[in-house]
Amino acid sequence: MPSQFFIPDPEGQVPSAEGYFGAFGGKFIPEALVAAVDEVAVEYDKAKSDPAFAAELDDLLVHYTGRPSSLTEVPRFAEHAGGARVFLKREDLNHTGSHKINNVLGQALLTKRMGKTRVIAETGAGQHGVATATACALFGLECTIYMGEIDTERQALNVARMRMLGAEVIAVKSGSRTLKDAINEAFRDWVANVDRTHYLFGTVAGPHPFPAMVRDFHRVIGVEARRQILERAGRLPDAAVACVGGGSNAIGLFHAFIPDRDVRLIGCEPAGHGVETGEHAATLTAGEPGILHGSRSYVLQDEEGQITEPYSISAGLDYPGIGPEHAYLKDSGRGEYRAVTDDAAMQALRLLSRTEGIIPAIESAHALAGALDIGKELGKDGLIVVNLSGRGDKDMDTAARYFGLYDTDATVEADASATGAEIKGDAK
Amino acid sequence: MSGAASIGGNIQLLNDTLAAAKAEGRSALIAYLPAGFPTVDGGIEAVKAAFDGGADIVEVGLPHSDPVLDGPVIQTADDIALRGGLKIRDVMRTVREAHEATGKPVLVMTYWNPIDRYGVERFTAELAEAGGAGCILPDLPVQESGLWREHAEKHGLATVFVVAPSSKDARLATITAAGSGFVYAASLMGVTGTRESVGEQAQDLVRRTKATTDLPVCVGLGVSNARQAAEVAGFADGVIVGSAFVQRMLDAPDERAGLAAVRALAAELADGVRGGA
Repeated sequence: MPSQFFIPDPEGQVPSAEGYFGAFGGKFIPEALVAAVDEVAVEYDKAKSDPAFAAELDDLLVHYTGRPSSLTEVPRFAEHAGGARVFLKREDLNHTGSHKINNVLGQALLTKRMGKTRVIAETGAGQHGVATATACALFGLECTIYMGEIDTERQALNVARMRMLGAEVIAVKSGSRTLKDAINEAFRDWVANVDRTHYLFGTVAGPHPFPAMVRDFHRVIGVEARRQILERAGRLPDAAVACVGGGSNAIGLFHAFIPDRDVRLIGCEPAGHGVETGEHAATLTAGEPGILHGSRSYVLQDEEGQITEPYSISAGLDYPGIGPEHAYLKDSGRGEYRAVTDDAAMQALRLLSRTEGIIPAIESAHALAGALDIGKELGKDGLIVVNLSGRGDKDMDTAARYFGLYDTDATVEADASATGAEIKGDAK
Repeated sequence: MSGAASIGGNIQLLNDTLAAAKAEGRSALIAYLPAGFPTVDGGIEAVKAAFDGGADIVEVGLPHSDPVLDGPVIQTADDIALRGGLKIRDVMRTVREAHEATGKPVLVMTYWNPIDRYGVERFTAELAEAGGAGCILPDLPVQESGLWREHAEKHGLATVFVVAPSSKDARLATITAAGSGFVYAASLMGVTGTRESVGEQAQDLVRRTKATTDLPVCVGLGVSNARQAAEVAGFADGVIVGSAFVQRMLDAPDERAGLAAVRALAAELADGVRGGA
């Protein structure tokens, strides 16, 4: 029986053997890591065509993760989106609360096949870290998670979850103390401990084969969503919308729709305080081609190739790079990317909470904010699928501070009973 | 584009320097110091002090915002340099003034993105014009290096590749065939920084590398004192020391003391590569 949930790219057209998606991708890594990265590529190629691997992963995805994830129509939310129909792909309902588990389980199985006993990973919002710590607990692997110091503060709940699961969490104090610095530190660890350690990379960036492999593990999102929307709405959507940090949940949703030329693929990047302020992490909107963390893609950098410090209220999107396949989709015109500010994302977070009873992650709220605009552009006949990549529990401290929801705050809102029909600009 | 009239880089001076050390029956001493640390002028003085103490060759680091192959010591120096506003033109000035003052070979060590962004032709032309001898590019694998090598060769600059204990023999052959100047053998699997001992893997790597090339093979990572330098000099053509110099500068109460410490460490290591410890 063919695999139901592990569905690598059947076209296999990109990347090239050298890991290039058009002009982007490749393998810009120190010599010390070449053998290890090559080993991952060889093992993944073997695993991909091994029915036993697919069967084991399928079993986990069904009975552990809870796939397939639901596709939920959100009509009360959609009233604010120009009347277009909006469906959410509920990756927030996966075990551990985000899409990240799809990739983590695949790579954890690969780690076992390579005979490695230790896993390291970076994390921004902590969702990839929690998923990795979870898989390591499940498989009995030693686990170290690198997380920027700023992120350990704004995502403290996830730090506690990782430690509860038995992982060591190291707060990274270098650079901007966010996701990119966590990746730097994870690479340093990997170089020193590569014999027994797999770097379980969490997004569709990094050196080949990570962009293609991580995409393949997340492809199930779009495969399911495509089938579900055809069943539910009787047609393909006008747009598939997702937030984009490194780009894993977005490529997961987009990929199965790439051959459907009438489906717009729209990525929502974090505009932070506004792209024009310079305080943002909108890499495809404002970046230039360059090399960061092992591949060529768009990068936020100065004119001399120094990486500039990104900013987003969302720890998971606060990254100055982007997966090379997104760069390829952008340059080929198949993908569209727009920037969503902190404020717009937070308003969308509250709107979904109050109209549908679903609290999204701040990351995913960027996609929801994008969908509100896209719905208005499409009008009443529009049909949109949004990837709800994660749930918002981890963000409640940030959200409570943003909206003044703590009793100690002077600005406890009087509109707690609001249906969301009128979301006021009362925050910040 | 600089035309055929452009000034050639100093790859020959690098080759001659390594050959001269060999003729003396010793290893060469190669020091690493980041440009712009603690200031641009202070960094230039530090390179001169390393030469003055006995270094044969100096690698000038181009500080990077994301130095994934560097440990905390060089990260700290890079941060100080970048916060001080270091630009590539300052790196070029460091190379020029250090070379002009000493007549010795100066290389640049840099992550690839700054060159990619600056432009390969522009960077190689300016480095050659400044009197540079070549570049060490630790995150540019040989299979991605074609464009760089074309321009480096045109401008008379060496391309020094790094090999690691994990490099398989066939790959060592590919790398050394593409490189020039010397081969940088990483003594261990890890980032820059001083270590108690330089393991046996270094000797094995040098042996395997030499089986593929006539290029000098120099060993870096972890070496910090004369005893280690003497040990490595027993099997390698050159000994590369970086973090230990930077650490001395960080520990010094002021710049003058830092320069004296660099000079003293270079002298100690120069004894080491001559068999003294």
